[in-house]
Amino acid sequence: MKVSYFPGCTLKTKATDLNEYTFKTAEALGVTLEEIENWQCCGGVFTMAKDEVATKLSSVRALKEAFAKEQPLMTVCSACHNVIKQTNHAMQTDKEFAAKVNRYMADTPYEGEAQVYHYLELLRDVVGFDAVKEKVSDVLKGKKIAAYYGCLLLRPGKVMQMDDPENPTIMEDFIRAIGATPVVYAKRNECCGGYIAMESPSLAKKNSQGVVENAKAQGAEMIITACPLCKYNLIKNGADIPVVYFTELLAIALGIKEDTHE
Amino acid sequence: MNKKYLQEDLLRMSGVNPKKCMRCGKCSATCPAYDEMEYHPHQFVSMVDEGDIEPLLSSESLYRCLSCFACIERCPRGVEPAKLVEAVRLVAIRKQGENHMTANDVPALWEEDLPQQAIVSAFRKYSK
Repeated sequence: MKVSYFPGCTLKTKATDLNEYTFKTAEALGVTLEEIENWQCCGGVFTMAKDEVATKLSSVRALKEAFAKEQPLMTVCSACHNVIKQTNHAMQTDKEFAAKVNRYMADTPYEGEAQVYHYLELLRDVVGFDAVKEKVSDVLKGKKIAAYYGCLLLRPGKVMQMDDPENPTIMEDFIRAIGATPVVYAKRNECCGGYIAMESPSLAKKNSQGVVENAKAQGAEMIITACPLCKYNLIKNGADIPVVYFTELLAIALGIKEDTHE
Repeated sequence: MNKKYLQEDLLRMSGVNPKKCMRCGKCSATCPAYDEMEYHPHQFVSMVDEGDIEPLLSSESLYRCLSCFACIERCPRGVEPAKLVEAVRLVAIRKQGENHMTANDVPALWEEDLPQQAIVSAFRKYSK
């Protein structure tokens, strides 16, 4: 199947590996990603104020293009996913906001019709974790892996509709699907500090170290994430177990990439 | 700005009804930036409700919110305090010359491995 794809700013620069293995693993699982033409940066965080219109236009344009091609829109960066899904929800539920946005759209109005998937959701709901399981080798068997959801994948739960925001299973189910063993820990859906790393590195350090220590205390040998900023904060603040994108592990399990981790 | 108008504007922008708050403090208890805040999420709710907005407008607390949506998710009354924090922040930074961060500040804060995501997020929250 063909799916519209929104890579986002960081996947074209500091996280090119996240982009590369998203493409390659999707292809191996029968999904062809078609990058949105002339996509613009989502802005990184969703502006919650109802009177913020301009900051949401890039998301709406991407959604509109996917809808016009009759394709779902897929993202893999947690931040893009959060911004685009929340924007789509606002277009569906806030008529006054949608009317303001549509004044910037040249042709037909958009009302939130496109389906938005995070790659993890696509793997679960479209490809199916069972189908993933059939295609992977046992190279990751016995590996204890902690899923780090962070803040942006799941919240706000009623808008993101990805999983239970306080007791999620999607990443643990993914870990099982690729043949490894999930490690559940309390701080898996707590914030790493995000962009505060620029202004208050000490706050990012406290939050990030808390996550890593908690995962290790539960026996984790590795942490997986979908977010470039989570990965940066965890590594920058001294994680002494590997912190990798979930797509890299999927690539290893599918035999697309060699396992270079211990 | 007229105090009553400012309060009404904040409520309209955020969509928050502070009267729903039962002051349980769960928003502040779950806030990952609590220790670095002068005013905490529950105080944003009560102070806006009371019209005591000026101290919030000039507080660094506006720039400590991580936009992690924890208080929004966990409020048992659905008050969604972060939306109010953001509305106050926007009133502050929308004033000409009041950006909390400008492009000139970035080189000093920049670090080799820092993902672009951090910079664009900070700009969206700190600048207009």
